[in-house]
Amino acid sequence: MKLSLGPILYYWERDAVFNFYDEIANTPVDIVYLGETVCARRHLIGTSDWIQMAEKLADAGKEAVLSSLSLIESESDLKRLRRIAENGKFSVEANDMGAVHLLSAAKIPFVAGPHINTYNPQTLEMLAELGAKRWVMPVEMSREALSHMQATRPAGMETEVFAYGRLPLAFSARCFTARHYNLPKDDCQFKCLDFADGITLKTREGKPFLALNGIQTQSASVYNLIGEFDSMRETGVDIVRISPQGFHTADVIRLFRETMEGRLPVQEAVQQMARLMPDQACDGYWHGRPGIEQSYLQKAEDAA
Amino acid sequence: MSLELVCPAGNLPALKIAVDNGADCVYMGFKDNTNARAFAGLNFDQNSALEGVRYAHSKGAKVLLALNTFPQSDKWERWQGAVDNAVELGIDAIILADPGLMRYAARNYPKLRLHLSVQGSATNYEAINFYHEHFGVQRAVIPRVLSLAQVEHVVKNTPVEIELFGFGGLCVMVEGRCALSSYATGESPNTCGVCSPAKAVRWQKTPQGLESRLNGVLLDRYGDDENAGYPTLCKGRFEVNDETYYAIEEPTSLNTLEMLPEMLEMGIAAIKIEGRQRSPAYVEQVTKVWRAAIDSAKRAPKSYAVQPAWMAQLNKLAEGQQHTLGAYHRPWK
Repeated sequence: MKLSLGPILYYWERDAVFNFYDEIANTPVDIVYLGETVCARRHLIGTSDWIQMAEKLADAGKEAVLSSLSLIESESDLKRLRRIAENGKFSVEANDMGAVHLLSAAKIPFVAGPHINTYNPQTLEMLAELGAKRWVMPVEMSREALSHMQATRPAGMETEVFAYGRLPLAFSARCFTARHYNLPKDDCQFKCLDFADGITLKTREGKPFLALNGIQTQSASVYNLIGEFDSMRETGVDIVRISPQGFHTADVIRLFRETMEGRLPVQEAVQQMARLMPDQACDGYWHGRPGIEQSYLQKAEDAA
Repeated sequence: MSLELVCPAGNLPALKIAVDNGADCVYMGFKDNTNARAFAGLNFDQNSALEGVRYAHSKGAKVLLALNTFPQSDKWERWQGAVDNAVELGIDAIILADPGLMRYAARNYPKLRLHLSVQGSATNYEAINFYHEHFGVQRAVIPRVLSLAQVEHVVKNTPVEIELFGFGGLCVMVEGRCALSSYATGESPNTCGVCSPAKAVRWQKTPQGLESRLNGVLLDRYGDDENAGYPTLCKGRFEVNDETYYAIEEPTSLNTLEMLPEMLEMGIAAIKIEGRQRSPAYVEQVTKVWRAAIDSAKRAPKSYAVQPAWMAQLNKLAEGQQHTLGAYHRPWK
């Protein structure tokens, strides 16, 4: 089983991103996804920068993968996509069928990202025929549904699960961060830069519910499957994905690695994790429940 | 090129009314979660589907079948059976979102016309052309996120016919890429064909006002003087940095009547009216207005003007009694 680090979903300052990956190069993570997957307006890091960072990470022994934008609308978005697809060195995570089209036509092996809707074995088989070597399960898929997928998984196909981080739940043409500041999207003043983990949206009784991240809406709670290594192994998960957060990502990676290797008891990992997360934990999706629910802790409490 | 009017048919009476009032096509779903309006009391069983197809065809209208949810891994046969059934019923085209299901349809029924559902989330021509090359998809419904200029760019770069939403409830999220509903309730459009399902909704009068909750999550609270709408998750009022407002989207309807000449000019193949969950009376009025508007725009595109009576009629039917041009109109974004 391997650990991966997903693409940064937020908009951070350029130096912060470079420093972040310098730090990641020294963490026990096997695969690193790089690239802007959320908003085409975020421009502080260009495609060549991502490739340069990918090279550094590859030198440090990581498998680097370039991730493509999830919502591709304009010709300039497509231009950037082509550049990523044709980089010639690193494999690409396709996050839209346009990317699948380009990569399959050029016969470049790819990763079918979490935003390709792979909900059944027939679709997975089709992706395999087109050149997918790995797929990332949709975040709302349960362990049980995954086990059906795994039963007929195409030969050589790796399965990756989004296992830690605020869940990327929805995309819009509209920017909710800009809306919060009453700014038009085209003149958003890059307000996302002020929120390393997105902006928490609460219900009218003050309960954290969602997080606004530009055109993306996330869960406020942090999806956390650190207590599910056994069930992920049983289901044949090959790669466990951690999604970067504003702070403590390296610590989160370390805790996942130690738990995965059985060097840290789960209970202890969960405890240590609590102070590292930007919000409380959830794991409902994995258990076939509403995503917002937290069953692992419930289970632990019931047992106590 | 002709511009088709595609109207919603949640049941047989709505289908007949749409056809009688000038719909070129009606779209419907079966009574299960194979379509994105899997609501109780809605949709077609075998008999009503047969009668619907017979009625529409006898009046020269086409019937499209929405099979636009994503087959869940262990229940594939239900979706495959729905495709088989569509062929037997003589459906004119099926509207699909799932690539696996498209592959099944294309391989087994090469003559069956395939449309890419809005749930397929194709927002650029590379994505649309993918479905065309691999499965022979002939028409794509574009998510309600592109500006009109972006739509035009798509039209110029694909052999696939483009269908746009013209009127009805507005999804602010890219269709097919929204799991907000399953996050709160366990059921989403992709997996179950529902959003913010009624069975998860609770209304409660409290000293703070009338509260709407979705599986326990407070979506909004209404004062005595406020109209309470259906509690769709993204249309609630929330607190962000201590400010309470419609943080994601205000309850409003899409209405693009005034853009008809531009849509005709750029070669849009069809206009879709949302609302299979709405009443036959809604279908009747919307179909009438849009039929008149499309005929008027086709007859004299240069002098076309939106008639105040059309607008008044549609505004009465709109959710929240407001309408918007949506993303087609750039400043909205």
